[in-house]
Amino acid sequence: MEQVKRKLRVATTSLAGCFGCHMSLLDIDERLVPLLDLIELDASPLTDLKHCGPCDLGLIEGGLCNAENVHVLREFRRQCQTLVAVGSCAITGGLPAQRNHLDIRDCLQTVYLTGVGVERGFIPNDPELPLPLDRVHPLHDVVKIDYFLPGCPPSADAIWQFLNDLIAGRTPQLGHGLIRYD
Amino acid sequence: MSDGARRTFALDGLEVPFEPGQTILQAALAAGHYVPHLCFHPEFRPHGSCRVCTVKVNGRTTASCTTPARDDDVVESRTEELDELRRNLIQFLFTEGNHFCPSCEQSGNCTLQAVGYELGVTTGHYNPLFPNRPVDASHPDVLLDFNRCILCELCVHASAEVDKKHVFALSGRGITKHLVVNAESGRLGDTPLAVYDKAMSVCPVGVIQRKGRGFAVPIGARTYDRASISAIAVPRREEV
Repeated sequence: MEQVKRKLRVATTSLAGCFGCHMSLLDIDERLVPLLDLIELDASPLTDLKHCGPCDLGLIEGGLCNAENVHVLREFRRQCQTLVAVGSCAITGGLPAQRNHLDIRDCLQTVYLTGVGVERGFIPNDPELPLPLDRVHPLHDVVKIDYFLPGCPPSADAIWQFLNDLIAGRTPQLGHGLIRYD
Repeated sequence: MSDGARRTFALDGLEVPFEPGQTILQAALAAGHYVPHLCFHPEFRPHGSCRVCTVKVNGRTTASCTTPARDDDVVESRTEELDELRRNLIQFLFTEGNHFCPSCEQSGNCTLQAVGYELGVTTGHYNPLFPNRPVDASHPDVLLDFNRCILCELCVHASAEVDKKHVFALSGRGITKHLVVNAESGRLGDTPLAVYDKAMSVCPVGVIQRKGRGFAVPIGARTYDRASISAIAVPRREEV
């Protein structure tokens, strides 16, 4: 009976991010075709599956700005053998973390009550909405992260190099031009 | 080499010649060997504060920017052990300040960033402190963004020794150490700093920014987009 090499099962998600890292993943263009011979997607914005089953690899974009982000991150950590923080926000908190020196109550009041052009405003309190955290955190503040792929976003070439190294069982190495913090 | 004797030390097994009075870092760079470093500037007296240039000389760790080269010394630099310690120092600096590279005008020309790339630093590793450091925009031509300061003291020395203005100083100790402006108000607008001052051009990160222009060089054409810091630092410093 013919042995078929098992595909790596991969989940991705965007927490407090802008989906730019996912766009950069798609930006590997025609290389997606050979990549899909090697991997199959589990939970991901690309499959619209909301919950993550057991996976070999989890790619997480975005940092942690609310309680739901932490919940999803912990689910990914439970289910993924290898967890990767992708992009500036996942690794440093990034743009959302620029509010970290402000009081969260002041932020909400300014945005929903006192800000320019706000009329009859109120601070949303629907129980469906996840509560914001007082500070935005990088992923490694909460769970163990196995690899970090920096960039805002990491370039398609960096993502391609990283995934190829990982799929081949090598420690990912980003040389000059591929390792970037911006 | 007035006495005719050729003075050399061994750097990672390679023979490095030196002139009397040269430090290990100066001699290494002059000979075309890159030793990662951050607060060293060829025009100013080295003071060994960042420790990124730490090497082992005959088995003992020391800052190569302040240690005089000596004949027949055995110096280790790019070992995995020392590079791992250097990565730790870079990670401390990234997590103690607010280094949000995507919005920084210095990105691509930043020494801290470039040394991070050189050493393969992909994460701050430690829990970031997110300190609250308001910027000083009081000067008509210059913006001071304290969030990015790594306390290298180059602006302090440049302003005191070259510009003779003493605009900057460091204050406090340990984790509370910070850059201050030498004016009664504490504001940059009340100092004689001018855009042509030496202090304007020595910051290795993005603290001292000229107003009225931003992101002047496109991504891809910036200093460390074109080549790694190890490739750039060595030929440029051959005259040292």
